[in-house]
Amino acid sequence: MPDAQTPQLAFHNVSFAFDETPVLRNVSFELSSGETLIVLGAAGSGKTVLLKTALGLLRPTQGRVVLFGADVTAGSEREWFDIRSRIGVLFQEGGLFDSLDVADNVAYPLRNQPLRQCPEEQVLPKVEESLKFVDLGHTLDKYPSELSGGMRRRVGIARAIVTQPELMLYDSPTAGLDPITANIIVALITKGRDVRNATTVMVTHRFQDGEILAGFRYDTAAGGLGLTPDHRGDTQTRFLVLREGEMVFLGTQAELEASQDSYVSKFVPHT
Amino acid sequence: MFELIKRPILTFQGFVLLSVRALRGIFQKPYYWDDLFLQMDSLGIGSLPVVILTGFFAGCIMALQMARALQTYGATSQVGQLVAITLVREMGPVLTALMVAGRNASGMASELGSMKVTEQIDAMRALGTDPILKLVKPRLIATAILLPLLTILADFIGMIGGWMVSCVMLSLTTSAHYWNTAWRILEYNDLAQGLIKPFVFAIVIALVGCFYGMEAKGGTQGVGLATTRAVVVASVWIVVLTFIIGRVFVSL
Repeated sequence: MPDAQTPQLAFHNVSFAFDETPVLRNVSFELSSGETLIVLGAAGSGKTVLLKTALGLLRPTQGRVVLFGADVTAGSEREWFDIRSRIGVLFQEGGLFDSLDVADNVAYPLRNQPLRQCPEEQVLPKVEESLKFVDLGHTLDKYPSELSGGMRRRVGIARAIVTQPELMLYDSPTAGLDPITANIIVALITKGRDVRNATTVMVTHRFQDGEILAGFRYDTAAGGLGLTPDHRGDTQTRFLVLREGEMVFLGTQAELEASQDSYVSKFVPHT
Repeated sequence: MFELIKRPILTFQGFVLLSVRALRGIFQKPYYWDDLFLQMDSLGIGSLPVVILTGFFAGCIMALQMARALQTYGATSQVGQLVAITLVREMGPVLTALMVAGRNASGMASELGSMKVTEQIDAMRALGTDPILKLVKPRLIATAILLPLLTILADFIGMIGGWMVSCVMLSLTTSAHYWNTAWRILEYNDLAQGLIKPFVFAIVIALVGCFYGMEAKGGTQGVGLATTRAVVVASVWIVVLTFIIGRVFVSL
């Protein structure tokens, strides 16, 4: 039985290749309960593949993936369905089902995840609560095509958190959004992390997104984000930088900012 | 040389894997009844106009073309037999399958392809649903049930078309004789052939359409390519299988 110290997500020398082309090379890290990992990298560096490997949507060509203390690398699709019930995920474009309205999209994991078995009469209240969390309580009967890009991401977050999963994965949640909407989305991710103390992995190419997650905490009493006492320390946030599938950095924000590596330092804005 | 044949082999391997999983999935829970009825409505009711029109004019053309040949031998009274045999054995199943392939294999490929490139299929897997059971199985079952039924309808409408041309338009024979000979010439072998073919074609249409949809990549262009490939491959297989099944029945 995994204890509190057991990593919720661990990669041990994970490699992945499409045909002969390597996309991930020997990536290793461990993420304990309540920790946050920001994965930075340029386009094509393997960020999304890393996330899909963590979800079992892609199987590593080498190495091991450990989730909630169990080695699931060679698990069957059915075993993965049980594991995925404990993980919330936001895809790059939201990944909403365009033939379902917002309410059915958010209700989808409640009705379909094998470990949930949510009674039908509890589905709507949970959907409404989840949509209220992302300030979209009025969009129940709208279809994804009727929503803006930012609203689609927020519905995607609502769907990811509706089952209260222990581990949250976000794939480029701010890609293609204006800075104001992007900050709203990252604030929601921070809120989702801090209200439930969820372990969080966020893939992004924007250092600012990671900076918010590392330096701010959601203050339930004030109803907004507040700086952490030392501006970065207590959110247990680490940064991982990928270059062409290779892990070139893993450490805290301070270490990232101090890095002399020419590739790594490109992600940190210098004033 | 190896690189040249590698891609077709990988594609075929992917198709076989999907087919095995889909056929095995027919006996696995859960069953998504809403999706099945939706597909049956889209495929069955949606294809009715095109199947009726195709069947009717296929019968008309058969009677029209046969009339000239039969007049040469003074055997115009046999037109009912020829229309019935040709429609039930070959023309009905093949034309109906080609129409349904054009309409539905493309629909399946584009729908599933769009879902694939917008990460909806990944989202489905991430949220606890097997896309094979949710997307492929209902389409496979709906096509396997409805294509034989559509073929029976096309055969019957085609015979009406043949009757209109041969009895009403050209007065080659009497209505009673036309229907009597058309009915009498058909044997169980013909009916079996006429029903096994659409059943096999249905499996090919659904699996090819779903396979190319699930394999789509590269945005809207990829979806277009998947759609084209699905229709072309399904149509070619229909013609090839017509020959193979026909050959089997001829030797029986």
